Amino acid sequence: MMIEGPALKVEGANIDTDVLYPGSFLNIDDPAHMKPHLFEGLDPGLRDGLKPGTILVVGANFGCGSSREHVPLAMKAWGIGAVLGQSFARIFYRNCINLALPIVVCPDGAKAAHSGSLVTIDTDGAVTVDNGAYQVPPTPDFMQEMISSGGLIPWARRRLAAAEA
Amino acid sequence: MGYTLTEKIMLEHSDEDHVAPGDVILVRCDVVMANDVSGPVAFRAMEQMGATKVFDPSKVVMVSDHFMPAKDARSAELQKRLKEWSDDQGVTYYGQGRGGIEHTLLAQEGWVTPGMVLAGGDSHTCTYGALGAFGTGLGSTDIAASLVFGEFWQTVPGTIQIEYVGTKPRFVTGKDLILAVIGRIGVAGGTNQVLEFAGPSLSDISIDERLAVSNMAVEAGSESGLFPADEVTAAYLEGRSDKQWTHEQSDADAQVVDRLRVDIGALPPLVAQPHSPGNVASISDTAGTKIDQVYIGNCANGTMTDLRQTAEMLRGNKVHKDTRAIIVPATQTIYRQAMEEGLLDLFVAAGAIVSTPTCGACFGGHNGVMGRGENAVTTTNRNFKGRMGSGEAGVYLANAFVAAAAAVAGELIDPADMHAGAKI
Ligand code: SF4
Repeated sequence: MMIEGPALKVEGANIDTDVLYPGSFLNIDDPAHMKPHLFEGLDPGLRDGLKPGTILVVGANFGCGSSREHVPLAMKAWGIGAVLGQSFARIFYRNCINLALPIVVCPDGAKAAHSGSLVTIDTDGAVTVDNGAYQVPPTPDFMQEMISSGGLIPWARRRLAAAEA
Repeated sequence: MGYTLTEKIMLEHSDEDHVAPGDVILVRCDVVMANDVSGPVAFRAMEQMGATKVFDPSKVVMVSDHFMPAKDARSAELQKRLKEWSDDQGVTYYGQGRGGIEHTLLAQEGWVTPGMVLAGGDSHTCTYGALGAFGTGLGSTDIAASLVFGEFWQTVPGTIQIEYVGTKPRFVTGKDLILAVIGRIGVAGGTNQVLEFAGPSLSDISIDERLAVSNMAVEAGSESGLFPADEVTAAYLEGRSDKQWTHEQSDADAQVVDRLRVDIGALPPLVAQPHSPGNVASISDTAGTKIDQVYIGNCANGTMTDLRQTAEMLRGNKVHKDTRAIIVPATQTIYRQAMEEGLLDLFVAAGAIVSTPTCGACFGGHNGVMGRGENAVTTTNRNFKGRMGSGEAGVYLANAFVAAAAAVAGELIDPADMHAGAKI
């Protein structure tokens, strides 16, 4: 799967889901209403740089801490096209896969990118940032399929349908 | 080559004949849990999946704890939804006045036995490793699929073995055992791994303390943190659960990713300074820091053990005039036990407030959030910027002795110094 878009860089390592979406907004269960609170505890100004198709470029251990799916749900609500990072915390990573938000580890590419860079991601393991090309391990098959088929909800629908047939 | 304890649990809960770290497999769960924050988001996803029924109502449990008692109308709606959904599905629901904080509660109520797999809509589901179970935190869509199929996809983790040696000094507790590990491997040091605890010291570590240790495995990025079941586990489960379980362990020739040895005897009480659980220092290095609020509670350290340690420091003392103290027993059962032992009266007489069991200010929800420029010392598990309210507040994570001593002194102080009467 190929994704292309302009980068929005989120600086820093160990950015946790509390700053990405503070606890005081967790009494919201509708993704449309989660949208305005993304980045609230980190830098609300980052929202100004978002447009549909933006590729979020992040540092090491991004998304650590709480399992709150409010973070990738709000990212989807903004139309973020993919997340490229130096490394990710596990629950955030799998939440993105489940929501069919492409998420790729590419330490050198993530370091090289700055806001406005043109980024292309091939989930088979090739990343470009402006004129630089980077090779990374491909996303495992199970996860690639999950992303390209729309995430865990369609996966579950297919499984339920197969069980009924 | 043998298997680790976690690999054995994965084999037991999947259709695989062989597993190795990195394999993506489907894992069956024995319990699926969610709360008033993750539950309603999962129910939406479950509806979008087109599913109407959970896979097995006897294996599903819902807990209102985060915004309980409801802090506003929106929170009340979430709890109403959780209860109505639970009643409709015929699953166990712990609501206001009936339960407490999910992880302490599920362990206490016998939901967890060794060798189980528990999927929880909360990152601290790793707490169940205290009882030799693979408990792991998942997001709401994962929980929705687990509710429907009784399975979730999982990348088989590697294992980092932590060997505890030596005897705990007087004011060192479970909290310090895990802070010592996070301080050494860092907040991402356990990513894609589980921690497995071992060593001669384990027989001296109670289940309350194991809960505190396993709880913070996720603070090192780990998927879970397991204590292989032993006599301590067996004694705790006596009368709580009649489920069959075995004393499963990692094979001697199992391959682990790393081994770490921690000499408990050499540890001082530790403190994680703002704004990271990995920013660990000894109490003496942080002594003198002024403290505005003390918060003793949460799924890691709101147990009877913590409340008794708190009482040791507060007995005959008063909370400092410039400091607020909030004490939150983790469950209704603990609350009543503390009442029977006279601890609640002792706390209130000292000038602390005692709250109903709730997640409360631990995640900045309600019930004692921090203002700008203030410092708190808490027995909770996260001190991220803004976690407990203002982004300009500083949160220090520590054990209950340290937190209670700070309540009296109005500043961080080595409990040993306070005991000796140096400050009061
Ligand atoms: S007490 Fe805190 S860490 Fe534990 S489940 Fe509640 S919010 Fe999470």
